[in-house]
Amino acid sequence: MSLMSEVGQKAFNLGVPIAVHMDVTYRCNERCVHCYLDHDDHGELTTAEVKDVLDQLAEAGVFFITFSGGEVFMRRDFFEIVEYARRLMFNVKIKTNAVMIHEDDARRIRELGVDTIQISVYSHRPEVHDAITKLPHSFERTIKAIRFLREQGLRVTIANVLMTANSFDHSEVQKLAAELGVQYTLDPTITPMMDGDTSVLSLRIPGEELPEIFHNPALVGNQDEFCAPPKPPSEEDLEGYSCSAGHSFCYISPYGDVFPCVQFPLPTGNIRHQKFLDIWNFSPEMKEVRSIQAKDLTVCSSCSHVGSCTRCPGLAYMEGSMRGPSTADCEKSFYRTGVPTANMLQQGLSKPRTTIPLIQIRSIAVPA
Amino acid sequence: MPENCIYITRSSAIAARALAGEMMVMNSVDSTFFTLNEVATAIFQAADGHTPLREIVRDRVCGQFDIDPEQALADAEQFVAELSSHGILLVSNQPLASEAP
Ligand code: SF4
Ligand code: SF4
Repeated sequence: MSLMSEVGQKAFNLGVPIAVHMDVTYRCNERCVHCYLDHDDHGELTTAEVKDVLDQLAEAGVFFITFSGGEVFMRRDFFEIVEYARRLMFNVKIKTNAVMIHEDDARRIRELGVDTIQISVYSHRPEVHDAITKLPHSFERTIKAIRFLREQGLRVTIANVLMTANSFDHSEVQKLAAELGVQYTLDPTITPMMDGDTSVLSLRIPGEELPEIFHNPALVGNQDEFCAPPKPPSEEDLEGYSCSAGHSFCYISPYGDVFPCVQFPLPTGNIRHQKFLDIWNFSPEMKEVRSIQAKDLTVCSSCSHVGSCTRCPGLAYMEGSMRGPSTADCEKSFYRTGVPTANMLQQGLSKPRTTIPLIQIRSIAVPA
Repeated sequence: MPENCIYITRSSAIAARALAGEMMVMNSVDSTFFTLNEVATAIFQAADGHTPLREIVRDRVCGQFDIDPEQALADAEQFVAELSSHGILLVSNQPLASEAP
C-alpha cells in the first residue's frame, strides 16, 4: 500500500474529512450539452463566507481541496480564494474549462503552488468540442491555456467525458494529451443532475459500447486484470463500506450546502446555518451514510461483483435507495467481465436494464 | 552568531496538514508526499525562518521529548537536509523571510 493510500485509510478509519470538493460557482461561460447545472446565481457564498469555510475546513483536518464549478474563473475573487486556501496550506486542485486562463493567470497559478489543473477536452476536433461546449473557439482557447500552464511547469490533466457525439475520439484526445505533455483521464459515465433529473443520461454512450472501452488496454491498463471475473466476496468485502463519501470526503455547493459527495445529492446541512464540523460529525444523514456496510445492501450483498464493483451509493440514492444497486455500475460490472449481476438475475435479465433511452435527445450541430 | 547556525523556513510550494499527530506534507512541484512523526512535526511547525535550528531543537524537541540534545540536533540536521533536498524546507545560515504563497 502506498503512503498516500495508508494516509487515506487512516483518515477513513478516523472519520477525518481529508478531501473536500468545493464548487465555488455554478455560473459558466460554456453551455455543455451534458451539463447538469442551473447556471444562474442563487446566492453564492461571498468571499468572506468562502474564507470562513476554508478556515473551518483546515481546522477539521481537510488536506486536499478541489475547486470546481461551473467555471471557477467566473468568480472575480477566485485567485483571492486560492491564495487564501494556499496560505492555509491546503493541497489545491482546480477543475476548469481553462478558456479564461491567459499567460499571466498561468504564472499566478504556478506562484500559488496549485497542485494540478484538470481541464475538460471533449474532442481533438475543434468543431466537435465547440459543438459540445456551445462556445465558439473554446477548443482553441482551451488548448492555448494548456500550453501556457505547461510553460509554467504545472501539472495538467485532460478529462475526456465520453458521450455519443465524441465516443470515437478518445484515442486522438489521448494523443493530443501526450503531445501537450499532460495526463489524460477518461470518463465514460454521464451522471444525472443533482436534482435527480435523468434526461442528460440520454447523452451517455450506450452500454453495448462499453466493452470496446473496457477492453482497450490503452484506456484501462492491464486488460486481463481489469476484465477478470469477480472473485467470490470475502467476509472483509461484506464488512466493507462503499467509498469515501461521508467517511473522509464530502462536497460543498456554491450555496453552502454540504453533501456526502458531488454525486450524492443527500442534503446534510448548510454551513450558513451550522458549523462544518457539526454537520460532518452529527448530521443524521452523514451518520447514516457512514453506517452502511456491503452486507446491509439490499441486492448487492448477494452479488458476486460486490467486492470489485464500483457501485456508487450516490447514483443508487438517485435511483431510489442508497442501499440499492446502481444501474450504471451494474452495466460497468457486466460489460467489463461478462458475468451477470445480482440486479440482473433478480429481474431475470440477460443484460443490464437500461432505465433511460440511450438515444441522443438534444441534437448537437457539428458544422461540416 | 555561531558559524554553524542554521535557519529553516517552509517552502511556499508545499501543502501540509496534521492528521492524528502526524504531519502530512506534499510538494506541489513534484507531488512528493511525506508524513512526519511527532518530533519532525514539531521542527517543521517551528520553521519560521528566524529561529535557529539549534534553538528549535532545544525548545521544541528536547523540551517536550526525552532526547539527548546533541543527538537531537544531529538528527534534526539530517532531517532538515532531507526535506530541503525535496524542496520542502529552505535552509540558510542567514535568517530567512517566510515564504507565503
Ligand atoms: S462512489 Fe459515488 S458517492 Fe462514492 S465517492 Fe464515488 S462518486 Fe462519490
Ligand atoms: S454489479 Fe450491480 S448488483 Fe452487483 S454489486 Fe454492483 S451495483 Fe450491486
